[in-house]
Amino acid sequence: MARVTPEQPEEAILAELTQRPNAPVAPAGALRRLLRRKLALFGFAIIALVVGGAVFAPLIAPYAPDEQLFEGLTLFGEPMPPGGGFLMGTDLLGRDLFSRMLYGAQTSLLIGVVANGVALLIGTIVGVLAGYLRGWIGAVLMRFTDLMMAFPALLLAICLAAIFQPSLWIVAMVIALVNWVQTARVVYTETTSLAEREFIAAEKTLGASGARILFKHILPHLVPTLIVWGTLGISVTVLLEATLSFLGVGVQPPTPSWGNIIFENQTYFQAAPWLVFIPGAAILLLALAFNLVGDALRDVLDPTQRGND
Amino acid sequence: MTQIATAPSGAEAALLSVRDLTVSVKDRGVVRPLVAGLSFDLAAGETLAIAGESGSGKSITSLALMGLLPNNVSVTSGQALLEGTDLPSLPEARMRAWRGARVAMIFQEPMTSLNPVHTIGSQMTEVIRAHEPVSASAARTAAIEALRKVRIPEPERRMKQYPHELSGGMRQRVMIAMALVLRPVLLIADEPTTALDVTVQREVLELLRDLQKETGTAIILITHDMGVVAETADRVVVMRHGRMVESAPVEQLFAAPTQDYTRALLAAVPRLGTGAERAKPLPPAAPVPVARLVDAQVHFDIGASFLGRPTHRVHAVEGVSFDIRPGETFGLVGESGCGKSTIAKSLAGLVPHQGHVEVDGQALAGLTAQGRRDICRHIQMVFQDPMAALDPRMTVGEAVAEPLLIHGIGTPKERHTRAAELFERVGLTLEQMTRYPHEFSGGQRQRICVARALALKPKLIICDESVSALDVSVQAQVLELLEELQRETGVSYLFISHDMAVVENVVDRLAVMYLGQIVEMGTRDQVFGNPRHNYTKRLLDAVPIPDPLRRARAHARPVSDIPSPIHRIGNAPNRLPLQDIGDGHLVANDW
Repeated sequence: MARVTPEQPEEAILAELTQRPNAPVAPAGALRRLLRRKLALFGFAIIALVVGGAVFAPLIAPYAPDEQLFEGLTLFGEPMPPGGGFLMGTDLLGRDLFSRMLYGAQTSLLIGVVANGVALLIGTIVGVLAGYLRGWIGAVLMRFTDLMMAFPALLLAICLAAIFQPSLWIVAMVIALVNWVQTARVVYTETTSLAEREFIAAEKTLGASGARILFKHILPHLVPTLIVWGTLGISVTVLLEATLSFLGVGVQPPTPSWGNIIFENQTYFQAAPWLVFIPGAAILLLALAFNLVGDALRDVLDPTQRGND
Repeated sequence: MTQIATAPSGAEAALLSVRDLTVSVKDRGVVRPLVAGLSFDLAAGETLAIAGESGSGKSITSLALMGLLPNNVSVTSGQALLEGTDLPSLPEARMRAWRGARVAMIFQEPMTSLNPVHTIGSQMTEVIRAHEPVSASAARTAAIEALRKVRIPEPERRMKQYPHELSGGMRQRVMIAMALVLRPVLLIADEPTTALDVTVQREVLELLRDLQKETGTAIILITHDMGVVAETADRVVVMRHGRMVESAPVEQLFAAPTQDYTRALLAAVPRLGTGAERAKPLPPAAPVPVARLVDAQVHFDIGASFLGRPTHRVHAVEGVSFDIRPGETFGLVGESGCGKSTIAKSLAGLVPHQGHVEVDGQALAGLTAQGRRDICRHIQMVFQDPMAALDPRMTVGEAVAEPLLIHGIGTPKERHTRAAELFERVGLTLEQMTRYPHEFSGGQRQRICVARALALKPKLIICDESVSALDVSVQAQVLELLEELQRETGVSYLFISHDMAVVENVVDRLAVMYLGQIVEMGTRDQVFGNPRHNYTKRLLDAVPIPDPLRRARAHARPVSDIPSPIHRIGNAPNRLPLQDIGDGHLVANDW
């Protein structure tokens, strides 16, 4: 039961319903509390699996990703379904899909995590600065964001990718440069409303500097939003990379990525569904895994959710 | 059900008969009562006040009667018979038909209970037509009639207006009109005047009383304010922690409470006219006042012309001058929109001002960032809502140590020690330092805010409605703490409040503000003992007196709205010159 103080108000009773007041856990226990959640563990497991597969691809993969195997096609030249000699079947050129998925994980992780992470970072910086400083700086930043938003992302990406030599890193940066705008918009809105909150006014009366208010009091409150946008962004960026690859400005064939495996094979969906289904499921699972971990992270980092797991 | 199988004969005549009502919350399989074994009767045309502090279950009771309980909360036993029909066991479809038509409710915050995107007229006719098969024009006529009954001027014009175009008092009148338009037999009013200014509160309470006389509606008035209880109720139920503590006719309850809790509750209520008992010599004027305002003004430009120039100007503060002496408590009183909080904000540097404002001999205008920061060490602020003023993601220990960190005072260890001292000083325990704000009660949170304000040993603490959101008993404790701290440290307070009774009990000198200007200023004895300005008198008259025998007689006053402080640019409001009527008692000479 809760501490019964002479002045226990209604909200304390209600708070009691949503939390068990116990000895507070030090922030160091955050990881432990994270690991106590089954769904978060599931998410971690999938991420570990994908990362492991990508890192150890040369050791695990039964074939080279770009090797066109003679036995990978039927006598009529059709791809082999999963099972038999090939775990996930083969593609239209007789390449082993499992091997391609493992190598493709390298590309997709890089795009999904690095490109998406950079996009999130740019979006957050622009959004927070514009939202907190307002004035002409804010106006310039947000009008620029609107401009970027109005520009067709794909067209911009194609232009950028065509200017630079196509390489995996360039593709990642191009994706980051077109994907930060939504984050900036959302962060901007949230920051403006946070900046109006009374505890920010309280900090100002304490004499806190702008940097302190931004980093200690505004950014932590943006974490839940950033986690949601970050995890949503993973599938978006992985698929954007696939689009770019399909148009020839992304990752160059025969280098595999989950996205371009789908794009290469989507026209044969009815004859060889596994070629689309397996990489699609992989992208979905990866995004889900990041989402689960992100959700758990958000709850664990939110002190008002304490003891609710 | 318990021993009361048949209601006593007197209760059969009752309009509403609540018998052993228990409302429980179910949480993770654990059922816990929020209201336990509540019984009372209400006759037609009677007003019953359910009084209690927060957490007493008084609002849950009203929601149970309306069938509006949250999902995991339900009535687990007992009955609430309205004319013989058990309300909690009524199916939702029947209840919906009854709600509004037979049982109506008004809530605390009229802005949030009105839909902002519909006109008053469409919302009122909607209510009428949802329950009665009448034509749109008949509903309109009925709605206008209802608005006229609640003494709203120009009801036809109001029908076309949106909620945001009306003042708080007007909105609450609309809510009352809406609640009464279908002539319900029972009206539940949950803190109907808490969000309103005192003068408006007085008008709304009188209105409710008059309407009740006319229509014979029974009223359940939920309130924490014993003054409101004394002014309006016929009988009172006092609740605490979900149980009924005492139930008695209002005169009897105030004259001879039988329970300790009721006595404590009544004793904690601040009363006008008791301030003089707390005799304390006035701190002498010092050569350097803690804060001084000379002709301070705060304006906000609004609206935009075709060329983007502002067209109107809010004269939030218009030529205010006063100074605060070391060790004194200076009060600023007035109703919402009078500019008292704006003065606080300009002193704290949160809004830009014109005119001369100085803190500890140092003018605020033209300070560098560093100078601004140094001033912060002398002047601190305690806000109205401590939950909003604390960062929910920071432990309270960190929050209290933060001002020291910001100003780079001491090592981490010393800061921690200082925070621990402050914690003990405001009556909290050291082990609570690692908790987060949501784990505390309202009073404890306000203590934390006071501790944080004290960390830098300021010369002036601005208390902006700092105790208004607290229960009376907690309010008394926090005020006590503030007074002790003043005796120990010699800190000055700028005490901003709309509650005249509280102000009388704490301040040494005060200024009464109206529309951004001071209309009366002087020592407590001067202003409360000999109020000279009409507005001061009205404010004092409007304070509900917690004594049912001294009930102010209703005299239907025309509805008054405070005029707007917004003027066209170049069309500044008239300054009210202050006249000294002896011993520094200043009064605006427009009376």
